[in-house]
Parts: sequence; structure tokens; C-alpha cells
Amino acid sequence: MTDAIADGLLKGTIAAGARAIRWLDDRDPRGAAVIRHIFPATGRAQIVGITGPPGAGKSTLADMLVTELRRRELRVGVIAIDPSSPFTGGAILGDRVRMGRHTLDPGVFIRSLGTRGQAGGLSRSTHDACLVLDAMGYDIVIVETVGVGQDEIDVVNLAHTTIIVGVPGLGDEVQAVKAGLLEAGEIFVINKADRDGYEAAWRQYELMLHLREVSLGAAAGSWPVPLLRAIATAAEGGVEIVDAILAHGAALRKEGTFARRSGLRDREQTLALLRDHLARRALSPAGEAVLAEVEARRIDPYSAVERLLAELDGKALTT
Amino acid sequence: MQERSDRRLRVLLAKLGMDTHTVGVTIIGHALREAGMEVIFTGLKQTPEMVAAAAIQEDVDVVGISTLSAGHMRNLPKLARLLREQGAGDKLLLAGGVIPQEDQSFLTEAGVHKIFTMGADTRDIVRYLQDWWAERQASEAA
Repeated sequence: MTDAIADGLLKGTIAAGARAIRWLDDRDPRGAAVIRHIFPATGRAQIVGITGPPGAGKSTLADMLVTELRRRELRVGVIAIDPSSPFTGGAILGDRVRMGRHTLDPGVFIRSLGTRGQAGGLSRSTHDACLVLDAMGYDIVIVETVGVGQDEIDVVNLAHTTIIVGVPGLGDEVQAVKAGLLEAGEIFVINKADRDGYEAAWRQYELMLHLREVSLGAAAGSWPVPLLRAIATAAEGGVEIVDAILAHGAALRKEGTFARRSGLRDREQTLALLRDHLARRALSPAGEAVLAEVEARRIDPYSAVERLLAELDGKALTT
Repeated sequence: MQERSDRRLRVLLAKLGMDTHTVGVTIIGHALREAGMEVIFTGLKQTPEMVAAAAIQEDVDVVGISTLSAGHMRNLPKLARLLREQGAGDKLLLAGGVIPQEDQSFLTEAGVHKIFTMGADTRDIVRYLQDWWAERQASEAA
């Protein structure tokens, strides 16, 4: 069953890829088996993150970029993430609404994911979903994050190229400086450029990028971070943004850091999986009892962790 | 290794054709979210082909169609057929809205699994889905 799904997605079969992502998102053990199978076929796609505050127009921008990438005959996967309710775990995933015109294009695969309790603007499964779309042969995988605030920038570690989307009139300079957002990212876009306050926003971003260049110096690397304008609802700016995406991908490949970025991402994922598995192992089967002690305030959290780790050390290494 | 599965019911909600009455489908969507389900909206003016493609890309368990301005006698059987033809016949297909009594048996025979008409209580819809989901999981585990 897992082999059929893995082979199917390697041939680009939509239903197989969709099922693999479902398993990975559901933490179904069959998902891990698929990743083992397809991993050698990954590492080719350029992962492009789109992030920015809620209402910046990320979905509409993604829609415009898909159109332009398709015009250049590139195959595009899209992973669009929306927040899950921290209370019920349910979610309304509405990013497809802005991308409806690509639904029947066989060169486009769009998948909506809920964050399912993960902080940082992505779902826990996003990295794996990128591997699946990569193995399916999509040239570009766009990852659209949830609307982010000041430091939910996990996408920066995931993507080869991160696009930061801003809009006019969101806040003063202090807001912009606080945002870790402005320290990251390889392409900046001010969307809704027909709105009031566009010139002021442009000046602020320009200043910010200049300061970043000065403070990072040589550490900034050789990529000159472009500041671009867009009116995604009017299909304006897509050509320039796609030019920048492809130029950045080419630059990474030329300086040999494309594969290194993928590798760093896999390293992060390994650490995340390890944390997850170790925590689960440390907690089974006696963990609930220790946690109950903490809840009753009979022992402090540090002692509780020590006790759980001591038990973990005693457990057989092969489970 | 002890693995934990976090399966969560995924539901695609859509409206077909030129029907733009979105109040009902939005309310249902929020009720399902409150019940812990993941609800994917596709937007308006969908064709049966688009809904089938989206349902497969999203790998949902349930496809719910809201229909309030006719067209259901043509669109719903077509959607059911497309899902079957594309290997997605195991997805639960629901319809809700203005569907006259005399149309219902035709639609059920064409592959619509359940029809909720005007005035259906959202709690009944949630309960129906939860029961179906529990049954589906039990039969897969068996």
C-alpha cells in the first residue's frame, strides 16, 4: 500500500501525492514509509515561502505568481496554511478561494493545511508536504504561511527563497523594526500599491533594507534583496516577482548553496522529529502520572523532567 | 516505535454554478470547525470538474455541496460520477439546501449519500458526520 502510493507520486499521480500528504499530516506511520521511499528523488524543487501579516494579500499574490510561473511552463505546487483552532482543533481553510482558476490545471497542485497546534506560521507536516511535491516533479513549491505577527518566521528555515509581503498603512517604523520579518527574506513585496500610504511604506522598507545591509555587511551574502511593488488583485507585479524568484534560485545554485539550504532544512526536520519522538517515549507509559504530580503542584517542572529523563535512560534503546 | 495518529475529518464545502447564496454554507462551515473538523472552502462558481479535482488534491473525506438555486439535478449526479471515475468514490457526498422531496430519490440513486433540506439543524449535520466518521474508522481498523 505504501509502496503503491510512493511509486504513484513519483510518477506524478495527484491522488497518490494527496494521500501521502494526508498520512504525513495525520502522523499516520505510513507517511514515514513513503518519505523513506521518495527521499532520494527530492532536492530538485525550489521552495518559495510567502509570508506577511494577515490581510496582506498572500493568497491573491500566490495566485498571481502561479499564473506567471505557468506562463513560463513551470509546474507549481502550492501549500497554503491557515490556523487551526487551539480549542477544538478545527479549521477553516480558505486559501483555495483565491486560487480557483488553477484547480483544473494539471500542472498545478494546491493543498490546504491547518497548523494543528504548531506555532511559527507553518504546520508540522509542511516540510514533509514539500518533499512530496518535490518528488512529484513540481519545479516550484510555494508555501503560503498563516498571517504572521512579529516572529513567526519558521518558513525562512524551510524555503530556499522567502518573499515578505507588506502592505501600506499597517504600522509605524517601530512595528516594522520589531518584526523579525524584516531581518529575514530574500524578496520584499509591497502589495496593494494603489493604496494610500504606499510611498511612506516604500520609504520605510527601503530604509529598513538599507540598515539591514549595513548591519549584516558581508554576512548578508551577495544577493541584493529586491524591493518590489504589486497590485495582486489587478495582476500587476507578477512578472518582476517571478523574475526575482528564478534569479534567486539560479544564484543559490551557482554559489552551491541550493543543496545546502535543503540539507539544513532536513537537519531541522530531524531535530524536530527527534524532540517529538523522545518526548513521547519519555512520557510513555508513566508520563501522565508525573504530569499529574506537576499539575497538583506537588513537584516542580524541573524535577519532573529529571525524573522522566531518568526513566528514559533506563528504557531499552530498541523500541 | 510507538506511533500516534492524529486523524482529523476533512470536509470540502462548495457551491456549484451561478448559485451565490453563501450564508448557509458559511454557517455549516463554522459549525463543523467548532466540532473539530478541517473545512476547506473552494469559493463560488465551481463546476463539478473543479470540485472533484479539489476534493482529490485535498484528500478530503467528505464533499458537501450547498445548492440553493436549482441545477442540483444536473450538477450533483455529474459530480458523483466524476468522483467515482477518478477513484474517489469512497468520499462521502452530501447535499444541502433547497432540494424538493421529489428529486431526492433520484439524487440518492445517482450517488448522493445524504441530503439535508432547508431547516436542518446544524447539530444534526455535525452528529451525522461524527457518526459516519466513527464508523469509517472502526471499519478501517477491523
